Amino acid sequence: MSKPVIATATLAGCFGCHMSLLDIDEKILDLIELVEFNKSPIDDIKNFTKKCDIGLIEGGCCNSENVHVLKDFRKNCNILISFGECAIMGGLPAYRNPIPIKECLEEAYLNGPSVKGHNESGIIPNDEEIPMMLDKVYPCHEIVKIDYFLPGCPPSAELIWNALTALITGNEMELSYEIIKFD
Amino acid sequence: MADIINFTIDGKECVAEKGISILQATQENDIYIPTLCNYEGVKPKGSCRICTIRTNGQFATACTTPVADGMEIENNTEEINDLRKSIIELLFVEGNHFCPACEMSGDCELQALAYRFQMMVPRFTFQFPKRDIDAGNPKILMDCNRCIRCKRCIRAIKDEKGRSVFAFYRRGENIKVHIDPELGSKLTDELAEKSVTICPVGAILPREKGFRIPIGQRKFDHEPIGSEYKH
Repeated sequence: MSKPVIATATLAGCFGCHMSLLDIDEKILDLIELVEFNKSPIDDIKNFTKKCDIGLIEGGCCNSENVHVLKDFRKNCNILISFGECAIMGGLPAYRNPIPIKECLEEAYLNGPSVKGHNESGIIPNDEEIPMMLDKVYPCHEIVKIDYFLPGCPPSAELIWNALTALITGNEMELSYEIIKFD
Repeated sequence: MADIINFTIDGKECVAEKGISILQATQENDIYIPTLCNYEGVKPKGSCRICTIRTNGQFATACTTPVADGMEIENNTEEINDLRKSIIELLFVEGNHFCPACEMSGDCELQALAYRFQMMVPRFTFQFPKRDIDAGNPKILMDCNRCIRCKRCIRAIKDEKGRSVFAFYRRGENIKVHIDPELGSKLTDELAEKSVTICPVGAILPREKGFRIPIGQRKFDHEPIGSEYKH
């Protein structure tokens, strides 16, 4: 039987969840025995080369590129997992959500203390090459169907390891009290 | 001697004094019913509905309903727990609860209830409402993003003349807890500390102090909320 294939991505996140994945330490050698990695920042494969069994998504959707990547993952992964608070509820990037996008951009490019007086032509970048900002940061499950959620900021290495091994072996996962934390 | 009555909760036979609430009666029988807007020593209000139980086919709040002789109460059932979980989820989506950045994370009752009911993600759409931060008081900071309008501060924090330091301001979805500027400016250290403690979430914070308890030693780091009860 061929190994299950895993893909991972960071959208509007800080890479902390991926760091936590690496925190499984020497168990990463066991993981490599168990699974094969496809599109992921860990192996730097940029595009899907085959259909994957499990997709891990870190970060929410703050721009059009995030939405594109997320939809691509949904299309290419049988099981999609939101891991970390940003993927689940927007996290730190979603602090901008109560503020209209126009005000955010004006603060960042026109009125903020570090730019005021230095952007004389009053330009807010809008080149079509730049991904379009969304009106707010969306949790992943509000864009595509997500099958499982691993909370935490970041989710502990133990939680990620337990979830992945449970999925791969088909065993039920044990959810001890201390393993689920939102911080 | 007070009248003693008999009642059952999830089939378990219990006794209680006549006249007390279902919540008090179950607690005395070492049975946990989750609460959020309720606080010991403060008149119950029944506003958060987390303590919902079912008796005689009707849903009722355990904190405001008196226990009666022969009452059959449903508490820890799949249906009722899912109802409670949905309330917690509603509270999460209708405010801005960014746990990783909150000083009360680990000591927050809302978060602890979410852990207890294993909320992985709310089933409702996040609202991300615009809410204020009030830093006008010299002793406490109010972050309305986290306020769940439980009214615990309004009901419990009174000055020496019995006047409420906190009050509701506006109505409906725009309602917010407001500190009376005059009474707030005279807030004693003791009352300031009490208002921080009484807030179940991180909406009332002490000024000039932050992250006072290290991770690992916080109230709900190792044991779920309600662990002090046997059942």
